[in-house]
Amino acid sequence: MEVEKFYYDNGTVRKFALATMIFALIGMLVGLTVALQFVFPKMTYGIDFLSFGRLRPLHTNAIIFAFVGNGIFTGVYYSLQRLLKTRMYSDVLSNIHFWGWQLIILSAAITLPLGLTSSKEYAELEWPIDIAITLIWVVFGLNMFGTIFKRRTRHIYVAIWFYIATWITVAMLHIVNNLEMPVTLFKSYSLYAGVQDALVQWWYGHNAVAFFLTTPYLGLMYYFIPKVANRPVYSYRLSIIHFWALIFIYIWAGPHHLLYTALPDWAQSLGTVFSIMLIAPSWGGMLNGLLTLRGAWDKVRESPVLKFMVVAVTAYGMATFEGPMLSLKNVNALSHYTDWTIAHVHVGGLGWNGFLTFGMLYWLVPKMWNTNLFSIKLANFHFWIGTLGILFWTLPMYYAGFTQTLMWKEFTPDGFLMYTNFLETVKQLKPMYALRALGGLLYLSGFIVMLYNIYLTMKAGSFVAQEAAEAAPLEKNFLKPKNESFHRLLERKPIQMLVLSFIAVAIGGAIEIVPTFLIKSNVPTISSVQPYTPLELEGRDIYIREGCNNCHSQMIRPFRSETERYGEYSKAGEFVYDHPFLWGSKRTGPDLHREGTGNKQSKSNIWHFNHFYDPEAVSEGSIMPPYPWLIEDQLDVSSLSAKISAMRKLGVPYGDRYEEIALEELQYQAKEIADDIAANGVEVSSDREVIALIAYLQRLGTDINNSEEVIIK
Amino acid sequence: MLKFIKGYVSSIDGIEIYPIISFIIFFTFFILVTFYVITAKKKYIDELSNLPFDDGNPSTALDQLNNSDQ
Repeated sequence: MEVEKFYYDNGTVRKFALATMIFALIGMLVGLTVALQFVFPKMTYGIDFLSFGRLRPLHTNAIIFAFVGNGIFTGVYYSLQRLLKTRMYSDVLSNIHFWGWQLIILSAAITLPLGLTSSKEYAELEWPIDIAITLIWVVFGLNMFGTIFKRRTRHIYVAIWFYIATWITVAMLHIVNNLEMPVTLFKSYSLYAGVQDALVQWWYGHNAVAFFLTTPYLGLMYYFIPKVANRPVYSYRLSIIHFWALIFIYIWAGPHHLLYTALPDWAQSLGTVFSIMLIAPSWGGMLNGLLTLRGAWDKVRESPVLKFMVVAVTAYGMATFEGPMLSLKNVNALSHYTDWTIAHVHVGGLGWNGFLTFGMLYWLVPKMWNTNLFSIKLANFHFWIGTLGILFWTLPMYYAGFTQTLMWKEFTPDGFLMYTNFLETVKQLKPMYALRALGGLLYLSGFIVMLYNIYLTMKAGSFVAQEAAEAAPLEKNFLKPKNESFHRLLERKPIQMLVLSFIAVAIGGAIEIVPTFLIKSNVPTISSVQPYTPLELEGRDIYIREGCNNCHSQMIRPFRSETERYGEYSKAGEFVYDHPFLWGSKRTGPDLHREGTGNKQSKSNIWHFNHFYDPEAVSEGSIMPPYPWLIEDQLDVSSLSAKISAMRKLGVPYGDRYEEIALEELQYQAKEIADDIAANGVEVSSDREVIALIAYLQRLGTDINNSEEVIIK
Repeated sequence: MLKFIKGYVSSIDGIEIYPIISFIIFFTFFILVTFYVITAKKKYIDELSNLPFDDGNPSTALDQLNNSDQ
């Protein structure tokens, strides 16, 4: 058979690698900023677009989609070509993919600080950007499958299965979770409400971790660890089981983010069971990665690349053991809403994704620039300071998580809460927050050393944009082996692989979500639950814009320690008009679901007003930032009627032609609140944003007070 | 108030079958894949696991050097 000459496209790989490093730097800088805001709450005083609630989504999106996203594409574009012995399908598609993705990141970096957000975690971007993501994802898919089709190898290596599963599942998750009703160009409401919205969101949120931060990186692990160690993977058989078991089980585990919430019990149990089962494939994969180095551990001592990869895989093992433990209801009762979860995700983020990316880049750059790494010593320094950074980051956060949850749940011998004021528990954590910022700083400094090292490596070498290679084309008349098993057939049929992967994840998704939708008509309706008034609706949108849900939950779990502190626990029927749901996932501040008038936590209007102006003056020691702009800025009511129409289309029972009187009602309610604040000594115009936000807070969790009667249809 | 949540679940007909179906689907598939993996020929498996090393790129002296470095 005649051998064909062709060239690997390293240019695209280089572009993605540079983007990976640039966005890692930006994502980490934003991360360090938000970490410092815990220590110095007034650090960015009065600058709305730098407030914590807006920067936190920017940090998570930058790390997940910009840093890790570009990291995935770097590794995929490099390994896919070589594993299939062909150039990428289309240079044009590669370019569209690269620049499209960077444009999406740029638009995220602009819109998130402006407060244009859908509030759903890791899916905060508004609808026009969601559509752009879908299109670019399709471009990536076309390019990948085009490459697979013109391959010069018969069989498809396991790493590529992971890429295929990633592609199809992320497509499904992204589309289902981002179905929303546009109101204006940059405002939309989730199609789902309350319990259903929460279930869809965490089915997405959990699997964004699974299929964006895990499966593609496992693919990279299966390619790069054998390449760097120069020996095949420990057990290819295990990798097959690893793949199918992982994608089959992962998709089910989403509800473990909603334990003890108003989500139906059976869905919670399903989430727990599948989370425990996940230990098996996760650890199978981890051991497969580590055991690849059997007999080569001496190389680990000398090679910083392998050091990074070993710690990455170990961090993966720790995080995937801890995850299932956190899904046990009794553990979750303690860990949920605390910094424990934050520590958990950073073992994964800093350790698994961060270190695997660094290892990959330290190996790739010398290869593509045809030189040696500028300094092994600096890379080793990066490794050690990075590892130290991870420890300084996570250990204080574990400690903070344990401390706070135990304080929340501590009762006096007489049966009263020991720490009645939420702030008492926050004050305990302040030293831990400072240590966490130090950990982040160490990790970031290591990364800056890496940038220097990589830069000098690039400068010393000469970039090979077109790397020559040769291979025989596939025989046209392929003779099928006799008695070929189904799976073996599958290993050379990418589309069948795609379809089967899709079926595997779709079954899990459907069984998990569909019942909750079937019972839509059966959601326990509480007759006294009414739609928000126009002012409250506008206030709710400000709550979303400022990202209040990043620090405050609206979901009181049925524990005595919570009902004592916050009031009656939250019921599914209370959220039927909540598009989107705002349950939150972290309590840096107290839960707000019973913040409204007449509830256990209710405060006066003037209290809220003063608190927004300067939280620390009202609650000594508070780490909430001040919101002076809410008091200065006029409430924008220009899209009020569009919002009400959109809500009505989503099933919220606003009366016909309610839009016509909505503004009048809004002004009336606003005047009442402003008058009340004035009566307590502060003159404020009734058209300020803060008035709407106060109206919303005073409404929270009050509906059930109006009726003792609960009707289950 | 527990009645509240229970009412929610019992209102779906045959809900208890869901986890059972899912378990059967997964378990069957798992057994089949395991069976395939165990019975697969060693030569074939070795061929697959060596795919990353044959990338049509004549290994250069520099590559050797890099490998020995690491």
